[in-house]
Order: sequence, then C-alpha cells, then structure tokens
Amino acid sequence: MAQVRYDEATRIYPGTDIAAVDRLDLDIADGEFLVVVGPSGSGKSTALRMLAGLEFIDNGSIHIGERDVTLVPPKERDIAMVFQNYALYPQMSVAANMGFALKQQGIPKEERQRRVAEAARILDLEPYLERKPKNLSGGQRQRVAMGRAIVREPQVFLMDEPLSNLDAKLRVQTRTQLADLQADLGVTTVYVTHDQVEAMTLGDRVAVLESGKLQQCASPREMYSRPANRFVAGFIGSPAMNLLEVDGGDGSGVALGSMTVPLDGEVGRSVGAHPSVTLGVRPEHLALVPSDGDRTLPGRVSVVEDLGSEAFVHIDVEHRGETTQIVVRGEGESDVRRDDNVAIGLGGPIHLFGPGGERLN
Amino acid sequence: MTESNPIRSFLLGLLTWFIGLLFFFPVFWMVLNGFKEEADANTDPKLFFDPTLDRYRDIASGDQGLLSFGEAFTNSAWAVIVSTILVLILAVPAAYALSIRPVAKWRDVLFFFISTKFLPIVAAILPLWIIARELDILNTRLVLIVLYTAMNLPLAVWMLRSFFQEVPRELIEAAQLDGASLRGQITSVILPIAAPGLAATALLCVIFAWNEFFLAVQLNPVDGSTVPIWVTSNVSTRGNFLARLSAASTVATLPVLIAGWVAQKRMIRGLAMGAIK
Repeated sequence: MAQVRYDEATRIYPGTDIAAVDRLDLDIADGEFLVVVGPSGSGKSTALRMLAGLEFIDNGSIHIGERDVTLVPPKERDIAMVFQNYALYPQMSVAANMGFALKQQGIPKEERQRRVAEAARILDLEPYLERKPKNLSGGQRQRVAMGRAIVREPQVFLMDEPLSNLDAKLRVQTRTQLADLQADLGVTTVYVTHDQVEAMTLGDRVAVLESGKLQQCASPREMYSRPANRFVAGFIGSPAMNLLEVDGGDGSGVALGSMTVPLDGEVGRSVGAHPSVTLGVRPEHLALVPSDGDRTLPGRVSVVEDLGSEAFVHIDVEHRGETTQIVVRGEGESDVRRDDNVAIGLGGPIHLFGPGGERLN
Repeated sequence: MTESNPIRSFLLGLLTWFIGLLFFFPVFWMVLNGFKEEADANTDPKLFFDPTLDRYRDIASGDQGLLSFGEAFTNSAWAVIVSTILVLILAVPAAYALSIRPVAKWRDVLFFFISTKFLPIVAAILPLWIIARELDILNTRLVLIVLYTAMNLPLAVWMLRSFFQEVPRELIEAAQLDGASLRGQITSVILPIAAPGLAATALLCVIFAWNEFFLAVQLNPVDGSTVPIWVTSNVSTRGNFLARLSAASTVATLPVLIAGWVAQKRMIRGLAMGAIK
C-alpha cells in the first residue's frame, strides 16, 4: 500500500499540440479511494493510464510511495488495473485468469491456488473457477476482473469505468460491494468514471477533470456544497445546478428576473467588481412558495418530473428579457401541473462565479 | 442483402451452385480418370466404367520415372514443413513490430515486404541458380527450404499483422500490467487469440510451398525434387498417360486437403473461443 503523487504530470499525444492531461497535481493518500470524474475527452482515462505506465509521461513525474515511477515499466509498478471491458484472457479459465499475474511473478503453485481461492471466496466466484470467460455473465466477468486485481495484493488499484458495462441494477449493487471491498482491503484506489453518482458515492475524494486540467479535488460533500468553479458546479449534481448570468450591479444584490437576491458586504464587493457574473442555485435550494413581491420569482410550469419521493419541476421564467428554464425540487406526488403559474422562492445557499468561472463567494 | 425475396434468393442459390460445380467438375473428372484404364480415359468421356486401382499401383511402383513417389513426398514434406515453421517464427515478431507496437516507418516496411513479390520469379531465376550453384546447394532440400521461406514470408507478415491488429489492446495491456514479458505477452495472450489467423497463414504457406513447381524444377531437377515434379514425371512420351497422370495428381492433392481440414478445425475452434466481452 502506498500513497500516489502526480507532480505536474503532462501527456501530449504525438501529433497534437494540446495536452490530454495538463500539469496534473494530485496527492492520493495511502488507502484512499480517489475517484477521477469528467466528461468524455477530459483526460481522465489518460491520467489513469499514465499511472499504470501505459501512457508516456511527457512532463512532470508520478510517484508511488517514495518511488519515482515516471520511467518505470508497467509490470514493475506493482499496480493492478480493472479495465472497462474487463480484458479477461479468453483462452484461460477463471482461475488461470486470476492466477496469471502470480504465475508471472514466479509464485509457487500452492501459494497461487491459495490466493486465487481466497479471492474467489470473497467475490463469490468459487463455482466458476474452471469456466472460461465467455461462459460467464457480465456481472461474473466483472468480478473476475476484480479478482484478478485482488489476488495480486498490489500497492494501488486502478479502475477504468469498471461498472459501465453492467446493467443499471447490477451496477448499483456492485458499486456497494466495491466500496465495501475497498474499505476492507484498504488498498489505495484510483477510480475513473464519467458517472457522477459513482463519483459521489464511492470516493473519499473526487477529482474533477476537464480538458486535461484538474478543476477541483475535494470530498464529495465539499464538491457539492462548495464547487470551486462554474464547470464543477454544472457538472456535479443531478439535475444540474441552475446557472444564470446576472448583472453584477452595485454589489448590494443581484437580480434574478424580478426577484432580488441580497448579497453580504464582502461577496457583494467582489460581485460588484464585474459587470456580469454567474449565479448558481441547486434545485433543492429553491421552492415553490406563495408569491411575495421581489422576494419571489413568478414563472410557468413546463415539465414536472415526479419521481415519487420528490419531483423536479421545470419552470419557464423571465430573466433579462428572455425566457429561461429553472429546475426546482418539490415534494413528491405533487399537485403542480403543466402551465400552472407558480412563484419560486430561495431556500438555501447560492453560488456566485466570476466571468472566468472562478468562485466568488 | 437484408431483403429476402424468395425468387431472388433461389436464383442466387442456383447461380452459386452452378459456379461451384463449374469449379469442382475438373477436379471430379481428374479423380474419376484416376480409376480408369488408359484407353477409357482417352476415348469419349465416359461416366460409367469399371473402376480399377491399377493406375495407383503404377504410380506407386514408379517404374517409369527416375523419381519415386516416396522420395518426392519426403522432399516435399521437408521443404514445406521446415519452410512454414521458419516463416511463422520470422513472421510473428515482424507482424508484432508492424501492428501492436509499430516501428517507425512501418508503412514503408510493409510496402517493402510486398514489393519483393513484384519481381516475376522468372527474372530472378538465373541469379538464384548461380548463387545456389556457388553455394553448392543445387539439388538439395536446403535450397527449396530457403526459397520457400523467402517466398511465403511477405504474405505471412501481412496476414499475421492484420490478425494481430484484431487482438484487443486491453488484453495486451492487462498482460503487461500482470508482469508478462514481451515473449509472455506474445505466447500466452496474442498467439492464442490470433490462433485462427495463425492457422490460416500456416495453411496458405503450406499450400503455396506444396504446389510450387517453377523453382523446384529449375533448381532441383535431379535430386531433392518435390511432388509436383513427380506428378509431371508421369507424363510419358510413349503411349497414353492421362489416367496415370490423374491418379498422380489426385495423390498430390490429398496432403493439401488434409492440411486444409486440420487448419479449418483449428480456425473454427479459435473463432468459437469468443471475443473479450
């Protein structure tokens, strides 16, 4: 087990000018579960493959424990990786798949069998040890891929969207098992996903990547309640945070349609410094309330997504002379219907971002 | 062809059978002729006749030519098997270096390989003969082994390269992370997955080497001659020889058929192994 450190690690693919991963700085503690999340093309898989040794590091360095592994080949890094498509060796049985790495290390047969049996027990794979991968279900294959990583007892687990090939129900179930397993084993884990629910539920910390640049690395709760910039604010949370351009004004408050949101002194001053800023409010921090002058915002309901326990109400409002949509979380089994005229009130914290996307409050 | 018009597919089926039979008929006629008396084989085409194994006895005794079947078969087997093994041993690393971890200028390298096939072999035969004579390897198995290896290598590299490219990259990466050496990656991951391709490549090399005539007849007319030359030795200047030649050709075809059958089993088993998901 070991901590992992990316130090200004950069990857520029040959034939391109733009860095796929741009001066990435990350410190991952021993035993930590770090989830790297981002949209497609954000460089998250590249970052993982750099740690695996499958991508060349053009600049900067990567350390595993005390060791600089920047130029160390994959097999000497003592890491195990779970691939998105599992990459099981099709001609080998489950047991042979799991024992392959141990065999390469020259570990004696009895020891190999013992460790494979142990991993199979943890993952409920005991009945399938002699089967070939093609005779397994998707979930079983996923577990074999996990087992192949576990038997090695590596310093770091790398996981590249390991759940994305499972169906929705199995994915949720496996997610829980995975979190449990990682906590039991206590092995440092770097997990790449585009699914923010996985990121929020699995990670001790979450790192958000966009265009190869680290946007924020924080605990899921902090990421959610204090997004560092506009991108993170829009990316984390489902449904997404309402983000609206508003006039900076004199800094005493910002106008959201006909509603005025008052600002505190210091925040007001930084907002007042810009002609235009972005106001962000999460759907659950808005509510449908009785109309109350400039403390509420009138609008017309366009869509109601009733999920039973809660309902997301999409409301068309007039803001800066244009019609925009705002999502409000309401109670489940709501009586609100399309075309109802409603008023929106603020019931929680707001987020303010400057013209460059940086957080102001 | 997504639409299934019954008349259309019937006509297509008919056409397919017609073309198939058109190709098969000469082979069928050859096999048939091998069981005839010379007189029957040379007169009007006869479908019904008294079959005889005499022609096979004739070619087995080999009284007419200098070269016996046994000798020719042994020479062919040596040239074919050793050259095919050499081709695979050389082509596997070459194909790896041109597909999975491409060397610089891999396109040029690939083109170079195939460009060696541009030269008509007739144009090269005189230098080849002189070189072989200088090295004192005329009329030996060795000269054919070397030349068949060189002849089949470009094709094998091209074929194996395209099969290697089908191997999922993640599997090779997984093997790398699992600590497999380069040789381990090739022997325990790439080759088992590319086995059908390996079988297909080996089969083609065997067929081309087995059927090769020109080089064998030019360089090994006396000793070290191969089966195709033995087949022609059944052509006689005296009397009829069509039935006997047919029997010889049938015998010469059999090993290739067997090789094809073995390789096909291997290919199907490989395909059935399933992809990675």
